[in-house]
Amino acid sequence: MTLDQLQQGQRARVDSLLGDDSLLQRLMEMGLLEEEEIEVMGFAPLGDPMEIRLRDYRLSLRRTEAARVQVSLLP
Amino acid sequence: MVAVRNPTVALVGNPNTGKTTLFNALAGMNQHVGNYPGVTVETKKGKCRHGGRVLDVIDLPGTYSLAPRSPDEMVAVDVILGNNPSEPRPDVVVTIIDASNLERNLYLMTQVLELGVPVIVALNMMDVAEGQGLKIDVDKLSQQLGVPIVPLQANKGKGLDVLKGAIAKVLQNPASAQGPVFPDSFENEIARLNSITENHEPLFLLRRLLLDVGGQTEKRLLAKHGQKLAGELQAARARLVHAGFAIAGIEARIRYGWIRKAITDCIARPATRPVSWTDRLDKVLTHRIWGTFIFLLVMFLVFEAIFVAAVPFMDWIKAGVAAVADSVSLSPGPLRSLLVDGIIKGVGAVIVFLPQIVFLFAIIAVLEDCGYMARAAFLMDRLMARAGLNGKSFIPLLSSMACAVPGIMSARVIENPRDRLATILVAPLMSCSARLPVYSLLIGAFLPAADYGLFVPGLVFFGLYMLGIILAPLMALLLKSTLLRGDTPMFVMEMPLYKLPALYTVLRRSFDSGWMFLKRAGTMILATMILVWAALYFPSGNYEQEIADLEETLQEAREELTTLRTEFKALEDADPQNDDLIEAKKKELDAVRAKLQPVNDLRTTWKEQSALGRIGKFTEPVFTPLGWDWRIGMAAVASFPAREVMVGTLGIIFGEGEGDAGDNAYRQDVGNSLQRSGAFTIPVAMSVLVFFALCSQCVSTLAIIKRETNSWRWPIFTFAYMTALAYVGAFLTFRIGGFFG
Repeated sequence: MTLDQLQQGQRARVDSLLGDDSLLQRLMEMGLLEEEEIEVMGFAPLGDPMEIRLRDYRLSLRRTEAARVQVSLLP
Repeated sequence: MVAVRNPTVALVGNPNTGKTTLFNALAGMNQHVGNYPGVTVETKKGKCRHGGRVLDVIDLPGTYSLAPRSPDEMVAVDVILGNNPSEPRPDVVVTIIDASNLERNLYLMTQVLELGVPVIVALNMMDVAEGQGLKIDVDKLSQQLGVPIVPLQANKGKGLDVLKGAIAKVLQNPASAQGPVFPDSFENEIARLNSITENHEPLFLLRRLLLDVGGQTEKRLLAKHGQKLAGELQAARARLVHAGFAIAGIEARIRYGWIRKAITDCIARPATRPVSWTDRLDKVLTHRIWGTFIFLLVMFLVFEAIFVAAVPFMDWIKAGVAAVADSVSLSPGPLRSLLVDGIIKGVGAVIVFLPQIVFLFAIIAVLEDCGYMARAAFLMDRLMARAGLNGKSFIPLLSSMACAVPGIMSARVIENPRDRLATILVAPLMSCSARLPVYSLLIGAFLPAADYGLFVPGLVFFGLYMLGIILAPLMALLLKSTLLRGDTPMFVMEMPLYKLPALYTVLRRSFDSGWMFLKRAGTMILATMILVWAALYFPSGNYEQEIADLEETLQEAREELTTLRTEFKALEDADPQNDDLIEAKKKELDAVRAKLQPVNDLRTTWKEQSALGRIGKFTEPVFTPLGWDWRIGMAAVASFPAREVMVGTLGIIFGEGEGDAGDNAYRQDVGNSLQRSGAFTIPVAMSVLVFFALCSQCVSTLAIIKRETNSWRWPIFTFAYMTALAYVGAFLTFRIGGFFG
């Protein structure tokens, strides 16, 4: 599944990131890499963007951006 | 004697790490904002004393990574590499790091290590880290990273002296550290690129060239070294991919891998993360209902601050300017008129913006410093994304409904250069407060509530505002899919921790913005004001003297007029049904007005034959399709410095004499004479209204666009597209109006 499909409060591990453009480079610079664990903090009132927690901080990104990140749900 | 330059210290760091606070603590009042050609970001420079020595400190723009995607992001790289001709190469780079967010902050530091300048880590927000239960072994971390580390609480001034001491030590004994190691196949490609460019380029730039596909380094180096390098670069990237290193991920994986290994033994995390203030606040502030409600409340306050709270200050400025103008005791003539109507009014027109700018930036500084700005952008992003913009465009567009000048300046909060430019270019479409006098003049005169009830005039007002609210996003969408087309827009934004805003940072920011406006936009506004003054003054003949002489004889009548107006108003207010009394008073008023008519007519004749009047007559065919005669056209041209000038110019041209656009009684008189003139019908008035809703008759807006984009191209573009839009809008309104009327 992809990051944008997670629900608020769910935790997941990043499997892979798709594509090779500047968005991907940006996501990776921000620390969103394979093997990282993330948690979904919530979605904006209009449903987009979403807020996640990774590496001791919070990041917000649009659903279209999150759709590039393959994740596996953690219990 | 050889001039000895001060040692230079550069500050780099991620946004939201307290870098500005640290800079302010180091430089104090002794700082100024610097600008480089071709870029829109600012660097701050200041001086700092330590042990009888003066250090030059440069505060570079906050960034997450030194992988420049735009000329703006290139500034930090160029300064540290010593490529910037106006700055000496720094002797030390202080990398400021948020201790509560080590890994992501250290990413930037590992890049800085490769720039070949000694590095010191300032580990800020130690208190926040401790609050989250993080335990950091600073000595061990320093060993692991190979650089000196100074723990800091910049907001409380803790650790500053230690930091200064560490800087002095490094200056005496510069040492470099080894960061992450890239694989041999990568380093071999760098060596190859180095020989192709004949050792002319810093190795750091060659690494960026190889890693940043489509980045700023690629643009610059390919332009410099031509096709040969382009071919070699592609081959090098292909070889790397073939060797199993995807270009997009190689750097991040190596750096984050190195960082995690380096810090693992230096940091202890609690088993369960304690619930922080940020967690609690975010639950409310990004909540579907409460978050939206608080957001609307905050935006209401932002709007009130510039639309209402700034007004008394603006009135004081206007009164002050008028007092200065009155105190000029020159005899009537070109010199006096230049001084009073050109320079003093011009300066007044510049400084009158200061309250709004200072207020808005104080609020923005608070919102950014406390961390709410990111939440506001988070809440609004979906809406703004529909117009091809992002959540941070909301405040600039909202502020532009009070005044586009502070609105455009506030677009600096938008990091994405294309989104920022699109926001700047459409912001002037939002109906600002300077359009109000024009709106109320024409609506009051041609759709008076007495004849049309409250609904029709209200609807027209509403429609004029909606015109901007609807057209601005549409125009943004158009720009983003044509002129400002680019990569898929990104909205990857850190949600920083909430903290109390620092008073000094807030004051500094609003002071700097006000000063910047005066320095950079002020001269251009003033120059245009003087130009338009001259076009309305010359040829001057003997008009001014004649008017002054006439006015002298009419002084009594003027005073009488003021008294009668007040009495008339009082009568109307007291008993609107008492027609006889009101009618009698009205006759008295008209009699006094008739006495003043000769001097008003003289003003009309003067302006008719002025350079601008002639231009108006000459260009009448341009305005005919809009239903305007030359007088309306001329007044529209004369209002280039600012829209509200339209009211006073119409007043003079239509024989009502001079007056202030904000003065209700004067506006009413001008409205009456417009009605009598026969130049206006309802379709003509509507066409003028639509024109003024959409045109860019505001030199201050154009001046600030020039200043914010650092280029003439964009103010010229804004003027052209808005004028075209206004013309077409006015034409359609007139035609459609004629159809019904």
